[in-house]
Amino acid sequence: MIQNLADGILVGSVLSLGAIGLTLVMHMLRFANFSHAELLSIGAYAALVFDGVFAAILPPLADRIGPLSMTWALVLALVVAVAVTGASALVIDRLVFRRVRAKGSELSMVFASFGVAMIVRNVTGLVFGLGTQLYSKDIVFAVVVSRDPMLLIKPDQVFVLVATLLVMVALHLVLSRTTLGFALRAVAENPVLAQVNGVNLARMIALVWVVGGGLAAIAGVFYGLTNQISPMIGRDLVLPVFAATIVGGIGSVYGAALGGFIVGIAANVALAVLPSGYSPSVPFLIILAVLLVRPNGLFGEARA
Amino acid sequence: MIGLLSYAVFFSTVASILAIAVLGLNLQWGFTGLFNGGVVAFFGAGAYGTLILGGTPQADHLGGFGLIYPLALAGGAVAAGLLAWVVGVLTLRLRQDYLAIATFGIAVTFENVMRNAEALSGGAKGFRGFERPLRGLFGDGFAYNLFFFCLVLLLLVAVYLFLERLVRSPFGRLLRAIREDEDAARSLGKAPARVRLVSFITGSAIIGIAGGLYATFYAFVSPQDVLPTLTFQIWAMLIVGGAGNNRGAVFGAFLIWGAWTASGWALSRFAPVEAQLYTGSIQYILIGSIIVAMLLWRPQGLLPERLVLSQSGQPVKPRQQGA
Repeated sequence: MIQNLADGILVGSVLSLGAIGLTLVMHMLRFANFSHAELLSIGAYAALVFDGVFAAILPPLADRIGPLSMTWALVLALVVAVAVTGASALVIDRLVFRRVRAKGSELSMVFASFGVAMIVRNVTGLVFGLGTQLYSKDIVFAVVVSRDPMLLIKPDQVFVLVATLLVMVALHLVLSRTTLGFALRAVAENPVLAQVNGVNLARMIALVWVVGGGLAAIAGVFYGLTNQISPMIGRDLVLPVFAATIVGGIGSVYGAALGGFIVGIAANVALAVLPSGYSPSVPFLIILAVLLVRPNGLFGEARA
Repeated sequence: MIGLLSYAVFFSTVASILAIAVLGLNLQWGFTGLFNGGVVAFFGAGAYGTLILGGTPQADHLGGFGLIYPLALAGGAVAAGLLAWVVGVLTLRLRQDYLAIATFGIAVTFENVMRNAEALSGGAKGFRGFERPLRGLFGDGFAYNLFFFCLVLLLLVAVYLFLERLVRSPFGRLLRAIREDEDAARSLGKAPARVRLVSFITGSAIIGIAGGLYATFYAFVSPQDVLPTLTFQIWAMLIVGGAGNNRGAVFGAFLIWGAWTASGWALSRFAPVEAQLYTGSIQYILIGSIIVAMLLWRPQGLLPERLVLSQSGQPVKPRQQGA
């Protein structure tokens, strides 16, 4: 049970990062983006490629950092992956979403995102193969934190949790202390009024995609680090990330952060009761529960 | 020659079954503007429902109620409708994309439960033990397929006529009114949430009938038949054919199913052996590209919705005054 809780918190940190990006996009552009989870996949694979590149250019970079399975090469690759994924999100917006937005309704956008998800997922499968891959083939042994109750934690998992919290604090500071953060929030609240006050809407939308994509890349790499990398990352995470967004309330960054942990913990603790085969169903049950009890989520506001 | 004819019948049967599902989705999306992201859950509910109700008793999973076929098929439609009711009641009064997310979620969950709940569905092995209706009369060969095609075609025509009547009825006007301007409809004393729910349940039940027929055709259904891919295919059929146009929906079903089978055949025939593993991926990229391309360049579909005017469109002649 304690083990489930610990695993849940770790899965939750990945979901939180994904959900923060999704909630920003859903709030600003007002559509449920089914392709957001594919950005996690893009990030994970981009890091895989550049991890190999950096390790080949400078072999010392391939050394592990302390007790982690993570290498300096992967740290650098993570930075590049953030840039690549942010750029990919921007390119996808330019190619598809912006054009559909210009002529269609919000629901056309939802549908376009289905198509985009399908294309990205299968192109990834074509390029990188359908099998699973790992950043490091070294086996990192879990540390026994306690024997009764049994609790095993890998150093990587602690790193992921701490790094996630740091990213969240940084994002919080940007959103609450900088002009950029104010502009971003203003556009999400009221795009027209924000424009009247000199906020460049197109630039803010681009910024949301870059931030959402960057956070997704971090989430994707962390997921790959603690699980494995496969073209199905997007398919497997799309529903949990949506659940986290809905739990937190669409548009609430803090809600999404909290929602990710709630969904992660609930899905893992539920495994103590349910047979493990049912774990993909848990996010849907959480969504149903939220819709029944608090349709706008923990921190969301009603909006038609 | 008989081989070709036999294949034509097989192809048309599957395409017609899918066309029924596309018609159901068209009622939801085309006429009411409801985004059903989990078509396959309702398709699956119809499929499993029909087989469970109409099958012979099985040792290892539920089923064997042995109902006569029309009742079993209707039961499948009811199962799909009930599922739609649950999702609809919870989401239709909220912002629109909640329905998209919830239906997508129920599709994932449905497949997951069918794969795991062996006592209910036979699990990953699938559901067996179903006797196709009137098999004693037509046997198993071409004659049966021809008979079954006629049955499917009959139901397709029936569903088409029903929907054509429905959308031209006052209720159909109400659906379009709510789709276009919910507040205006509400100001006239209509209850949008309720009307949407009726439309959503009806559309899902129609999709359930399609699922029931599909399972009957193969006398088998497994979790492999209710993957999210089918949702994409059915959506692509509607978008290509033309949302809001029932003829477009049927046309799109045949066109996309034709393109899907043709591309699968071409890839298996001409693609190098090492690429065979990726046939599915290539087909999904094609269908994803079709969806995106249609939205970008022809969002109204090949056969667009025809505007139905309640009045003739002629300006009313002013009456002579002060004569």
